[in-house]
Amino acid sequence: MSSEFTKVFELIISASLINNFVFTRFLGLCIFFGVSRRMETAVGMSITFTSVMMISSGLSWLIFNYVLVPWDITFLKIIIFIGIVAGFVQASDTIMRKISPVLYHKLGIYLALISTNCIILAVPLINAGEHYSFIESISFAFGSGIGFALALIIMASIRERLELADVPKPFRGTPIAFIVTGLIALAFAGFSGLIKI
Amino acid sequence: MLQKKINYYEVIKNGIFKENTIFKLALSLCPSIAVTNNLRNGVLMGSAVLFVQVMVNITISIMRHFIHPRIRLPIFMLVISGWVTVTDMSMAAFAPDAYKQMGLYIQLIVAFASILARAEMFASKNRFIPSMFDGIGMGLGFLFALSLISFFRELLGKGSLWGYEIINAKPLLIFILPAGGFIAVGILMGMFNWIYGKYEKKSS
Repeated sequence: MSSEFTKVFELIISASLINNFVFTRFLGLCIFFGVSRRMETAVGMSITFTSVMMISSGLSWLIFNYVLVPWDITFLKIIIFIGIVAGFVQASDTIMRKISPVLYHKLGIYLALISTNCIILAVPLINAGEHYSFIESISFAFGSGIGFALALIIMASIRERLELADVPKPFRGTPIAFIVTGLIALAFAGFSGLIKI
Repeated sequence: MLQKKINYYEVIKNGIFKENTIFKLALSLCPSIAVTNNLRNGVLMGSAVLFVQVMVNITISIMRHFIHPRIRLPIFMLVISGWVTVTDMSMAAFAPDAYKQMGLYIQLIVAFASILARAEMFASKNRFIPSMFDGIGMGLGFLFALSLISFFRELLGKGSLWGYEIINAKPLLIFILPAGGFIAVGILMGMFNWIYGKYEKKSS
């Protein structure tokens, strides 16, 4: 039991820090540069994103292992996973609007953006490729969500200051954000080798 | 028909310069860093996207009368993921070494906002031939950006091109590291904006 717990803990740490999706796997960059302009949107996006990702990767795991594998149609996994994500996002959008309008008002716009995020599709694909168990898949999704949230919040706090900086005109906006991300990625490279999986 | 007047040269030029997916719209950025640490992978990835974009545009523009507007997005996603699966499986069969390094990123072409956007904005409203040229233009723009980024990253980071040694040194090792990818894209994007801004000023 304890070794199981260690494995889960290692997965979370490795997905959030060492193999951080934004800085070492370069996924979810569109969203990353899109919503990191302000702290408030960054926090909202992180919360929505992490919860949606955990649930959708759980669903994908169930469907992959109980439908696709027994019927031997794993080559359809891309289509099925994108279907699950899009369907789940649409469903949670409707449910949230009915049950909690306040929450919907705060986080609803991020839900629509989520389905264009590569990470939300990459996590189920990696889970399927690595043959993770159900618990491992969920914790991997949780770690990835935390990692993405961390990246987003660090970036948002830097960009709020960057607005005031005197940047050459062609570099304003996304280009300078890229260079800043490069520097953060260099710092995150220091985490590599912390845990070997 | 109104659409007869579309200038194909302009459509392609628009895709490469004015609405360049990576440098101008800043969409579909994931592979622009992930696979560009050598020229070969960059060109392969760009070609895969070019193929998917053209095929998706063609399919959507042929089917555009049969798709009910309400369910168009799920249908578009289905078409895109179908063509991505085709690309994914052919890559695995014909270029297994490259596929090992960038398999995940090929599969993630599905989530590209740019492909869905072109299907929605252009292919679902235009006829077969213009949609095809639009796909070629956007795809070439992507291929151009990826080749440019990977050209500089491989040359500066490893001193080689397409795996062949050009100079016997590693001038700036940082460019093949993950962090260097971000910096390289940032610098190239700034340069592109600068040159394009000058060109626009001249032509107006």
